[in-house]
Amino acid sequence: MSTTIQNKLDAVLSGPAFEKRIRRRNMANTISKYGISTGGISVIFAVLLIMFFLMYVVIPLFIPPTIEKNTSYSVPGGTVEKSLYYGVDEYQSSAIRFTQSGKLIGFTLADGEINFTDALPLNGAKITSFTVVNELDHIIALGLSSGQILFAKYGYKVSYPNDVRTITPEVTYPFGEEPLQVTDTEITSLAVKSSDSEVRIAYQVKGSNQIAIKQYTKTESMLTDDVTLELDRESKVSTTSDVKWLKIDTSGRNLYLISKQGTTDYYDISNLESPSLVQHVSLLADSEKPTVIRFLLGDYSLMIGTDKGNIYQWFPVRDEQNEFSLKEIRKFSVSESAIKSIGIELARKGFAATDENGQFHLLHSTSERNLGSRSVVEGQAAGMVTISPRADGAIVESANGQLVHFEIDNEHPDVSFKSLWGKVWYEGYEEPTYTWQSSSASSDFEPKFSLMPLTFGTIKAALYSMIFAVPIAILAAIYTAFFMDKATRQWVKPSVEMIEALPTVILGFLAGLWLAPYMETHLAGFFAILVVLPVGIILFGYMWSRLPENIRLMIPVGRRAVLMMPVIIFLGWFSLQLSGPIENVMFDGNMRHWLTASAGIDFDQRNAMVIGFAMGFALIPTIFSVTEDAIYNVPSYLVNGSLALGASGWQTLVGVVLPTASPGIFSAIMLGFGRGVGETMIVLMASGNTPLMEVNIFEGMRTLSANLAVEMPEAEVLSSHYRVLFLAGLVLFIFTFIFNTLAEVVRQRMRRKYGSL
Amino acid sequence: MKEWFNKGEHWIWMSSAMVSISVVLVIGLMGMITYKGGIHFWPHAVYEVHLDQNGQKETIVGELHDEKTGHATDPISGVETPVDQYLFKVGNRDVYGIDFRWVNSNVLDGGVDKLSKDVLVVERYEYGNVYGHLISAKLGEKTLNNQNDLLALINQQVDKSTEIRSQIRHIEKIEIGKVNYEIEQLRFEEKKLRLKNEFTPEDAARIDEERSLLQTQFKEFQKQTAVLYKQLNGFGSITVEISGGQKLTIPLKKIVSLWQPNNMNFIEKIGFFGHSVKSFLLDDPREANTEGGVFPAMIGTITMVLLMTIFVTPMGVIAAIYMSEYAKDGFMLRIVRISINNLAGVPSIVFGIFGLGFFVYILGGSIDELFYDYALPSPTFGTPGLLWAALTMALLTLPVVIVSTEEGLSRIPRSLREGGLALGATKFETIMKIVLPMATPAIMTGLILAIARAAGEVAPLMLVGVVKLAPELPVDSIAPFLHLDRKFMHLGFHIYDVGFQSPNVEASQPLLYATSLLLVIIIVGLNIGAISIRNRLREKYKALEH
Repeated sequence: MSTTIQNKLDAVLSGPAFEKRIRRRNMANTISKYGISTGGISVIFAVLLIMFFLMYVVIPLFIPPTIEKNTSYSVPGGTVEKSLYYGVDEYQSSAIRFTQSGKLIGFTLADGEINFTDALPLNGAKITSFTVVNELDHIIALGLSSGQILFAKYGYKVSYPNDVRTITPEVTYPFGEEPLQVTDTEITSLAVKSSDSEVRIAYQVKGSNQIAIKQYTKTESMLTDDVTLELDRESKVSTTSDVKWLKIDTSGRNLYLISKQGTTDYYDISNLESPSLVQHVSLLADSEKPTVIRFLLGDYSLMIGTDKGNIYQWFPVRDEQNEFSLKEIRKFSVSESAIKSIGIELARKGFAATDENGQFHLLHSTSERNLGSRSVVEGQAAGMVTISPRADGAIVESANGQLVHFEIDNEHPDVSFKSLWGKVWYEGYEEPTYTWQSSSASSDFEPKFSLMPLTFGTIKAALYSMIFAVPIAILAAIYTAFFMDKATRQWVKPSVEMIEALPTVILGFLAGLWLAPYMETHLAGFFAILVVLPVGIILFGYMWSRLPENIRLMIPVGRRAVLMMPVIIFLGWFSLQLSGPIENVMFDGNMRHWLTASAGIDFDQRNAMVIGFAMGFALIPTIFSVTEDAIYNVPSYLVNGSLALGASGWQTLVGVVLPTASPGIFSAIMLGFGRGVGETMIVLMASGNTPLMEVNIFEGMRTLSANLAVEMPEAEVLSSHYRVLFLAGLVLFIFTFIFNTLAEVVRQRMRRKYGSL
Repeated sequence: MKEWFNKGEHWIWMSSAMVSISVVLVIGLMGMITYKGGIHFWPHAVYEVHLDQNGQKETIVGELHDEKTGHATDPISGVETPVDQYLFKVGNRDVYGIDFRWVNSNVLDGGVDKLSKDVLVVERYEYGNVYGHLISAKLGEKTLNNQNDLLALINQQVDKSTEIRSQIRHIEKIEIGKVNYEIEQLRFEEKKLRLKNEFTPEDAARIDEERSLLQTQFKEFQKQTAVLYKQLNGFGSITVEISGGQKLTIPLKKIVSLWQPNNMNFIEKIGFFGHSVKSFLLDDPREANTEGGVFPAMIGTITMVLLMTIFVTPMGVIAAIYMSEYAKDGFMLRIVRISINNLAGVPSIVFGIFGLGFFVYILGGSIDELFYDYALPSPTFGTPGLLWAALTMALLTLPVVIVSTEEGLSRIPRSLREGGLALGATKFETIMKIVLPMATPAIMTGLILAIARAAGEVAPLMLVGVVKLAPELPVDSIAPFLHLDRKFMHLGFHIYDVGFQSPNVEASQPLLYATSLLLVIIIVGLNIGAISIRNRLREKYKALEH
């Protein structure tokens, strides 16, 4: 019998089939071992993937642009005549050159081959002055020796003969081919600003020390869409200095007369008939002279290039008396030699400059970045520079008659460490500020990417909620772990931890739509809680200790929390009832009104106090459960020893338990803070989302996380805005990474310590 | 007393009070959501109040929704006096322009406790409720005046019109949707063939033929709906006199339901409550999500969460098995633990931007280029959608599953593993056949907690696939039934959207509380389930250990 079994067993447990099965099983074992290990380790991979992906998106922000010399050829049309203006199309395929005598020379950018020539309809007059009316639309104005002004607009046509994109430049005349007669003598300098309905012109004629200012209204012909200009009003200002540059800014209200030395008369011409001198200022020190002056994109900032190789940015700033004055905003030390020309970008606040030494420099104003330099033609002074409309290239003239085409890859010049974290003086602002304002409708908008207000808001929100959460959570944890009896603990702990499971979107909704308006009307009551609650609790406790012993013993120390519940409800209700009387007595009946009117404190309905309550509530379980664990796990013989020595319960707690558990409590606070920093929905719904930098508890804030939720869906992929938002995400990631790792390390160390006890 | 303080008694009282505060806050919050969400379904009594404003008399008929103490300014002296204010839902938005109205008690002529007799509340598909008194009804061709069974007759007709409405909906959404889908597929097929330069005249003829066939079907369905619409118009209308004596004629086809709340007894009210809950759960939202039900949001949430479970289960379980069975205690394991801890601590919105940047734009963009190039430039997977939302949420909930599973694995006594190995099983077999089956409840606990977390999390979803109003459900009857590329609706986002992006926040608040209640019930239910499974599990292993 047993032998047959033995035989059968032998048969099954040997032979090729058995070997094969064993091999298969072993193989499965090995494969699974490696498979599972890979799977397990991929958790690390997931965390790293998130971090590296965030970095991968962020890093291009800080990579310097590349500037490469593409081609160079002799200036089309020769250098006998000076160039006035270059127009380049969006695809960097063709360009056009306007010369001093009114010749128009179109050429392909790749090889400089001339494909188009024409002349401006000057009727025999000479060009004596030149100005750009609108950079974005490529409209220029030419002052003529006949006292006329000709407006011309550069454009291009795209056609597809034989399926090849061909671009030909074209020049049109927005106010007709017939020049506008403004005076009868030669116009030596000229400034023109055009708005939707009118055109403002300032000019100086030869031999005159007066600047004439004229306003023309645009009239559109019903039939042909032609626009004609009609003189509306005019006036004059006289000047003592020798005006070299005339500039009217984007609003058409500010007129600058700048002399060769850089002395500037700043006129307010908002009332055109009576211009008023606002300021007489010298833009430069005596030793320095301007060589080029032009507006940055948006025609607001004056960029002044000097013979010392510096470029200064000036714009009018409003002071406390509501008066404007020109201020030096920043200085760019571009070069050692004189600046020859400045070219601006047409979509951002970037610009390029060339100098006497033949260098081409690329810069950005807001971020104050010197993005790079290249030599144009070795040993030859560089001349006029024009940046292509998409800022992906530039053409530069050189003194030896060469035209050099640079290819530029410059995606994110507008972001620098300083523009993200430092104070920046933005155009139109009264002083340098931390501002977050990422987008706007206008095309010459200066994006304001300061992460400071968002980081500040994040920390403000987290701190105010910690003020609410930490005392409640830690004291509650102490009581639950140390004093509470088992039966009560069994249901109290899960119900506090249930808060963690509540979707924050519900807390946010209640905070934003119920708590915020309620708090606004019961503001005094909420402050009364702060006083009434502690006093009431201690008073109740003392009264309780005076009660006869048989009543006192009905509720042991471990059940006091249950006893307190009705007391808490009563005290809370009582405090809120006090709201009306307190407001009547102390705040003239309405605390909110009193705050704004009498105390001068701004008040938003959705403010840091609401956030403090709502998010603090959400943080309670995180802090509570880690603290509770830490205290609960303190070895009981320590407690017993202390109690045996005659210490009271609380004395034991303070003297023995808390010091032992303090690392755990610390790590609980860290975890709570980490969670508060990253919380999104509550702040998104209840904070008002204004990126302010105010500590005021009655004002809102915008946090990094809420900002991501608001702006991420609208950010254009791979734009500076998109990458800056990812940077905000990375900052959040690093914030929480630090807090979590700190908490974890402390906790691990504490575990080891308990192990040794 | 000094001794009392010295012993630190006051601190003990304080700390016990803090526990009470936390518990009171939790219970209060839950109670508030339950109450405010619950009364949304209960038939509200309709009051009739008379106002007398300096001789100008007015009658308001509506539901009392809120009262507070406000301030009234005396027009002559300018003195502010506290006054009770009542919020009435007066409905009739097409007439009054607004649904809600605050009334100061000092202009009241009489109390606010007078019920309006026989008042009729009509819920409409557009412009909210009507409050008024039924005057007459035109059912079909017959005009009926006050009759005892008039309301019953109207209700019958309303039921019929609802029936026809759902037929129309069925045809428009499902049948015509199917035809549209197939036409779209034909268009793609043609584009695909053209892209490969294999588009032959035969293909063209075949596709044209199929297309014209589908178009005939489409026209057929249109005819059917036209007939049904005509029937719908033939149901007649009712005429109601609203407060102020104005008469309002409401076509029956515009009526969702109608009831006389003040004439209901308790049993009828409970019936109405059940009916409201049912239509809240099963109806589509109306009027920019501020009315109607939450059916698509519920389906969206459930689909996303289940899909997430499919992704997170293998990942989490494998990682947990690695940590408890394979990894040696050392450097590697410590790094894995730190990673999990950090994964759990990373703010959810960061998962959102990761999902958007990596899953949607990079992975989705590549998938589009490889497999859906015929549909470009309109993206298929290169845009936020169900798949990416589920993957993002899977990553977010991964630590929950890992921690819970690992805890379960570590509780299984060593002796069981040793027994398996001693009997000659390989390690893998021991794990698969002995350890894992025993750890199933722990894995379940982890999954339930993950589901609860995913169902309540909104911030990352806003970036990777949730929309305000999805035209189609992510699951339907058209193959492949589950549409991974579609955008979907979500209960949590529904709350955010209706509460903060809708034009009529006041009117939508009851619905918000109801939706919150639903979400809380789901999540708290899941959590309690998970806790009870875990507790049972602990008991079981305690028994095993002894």
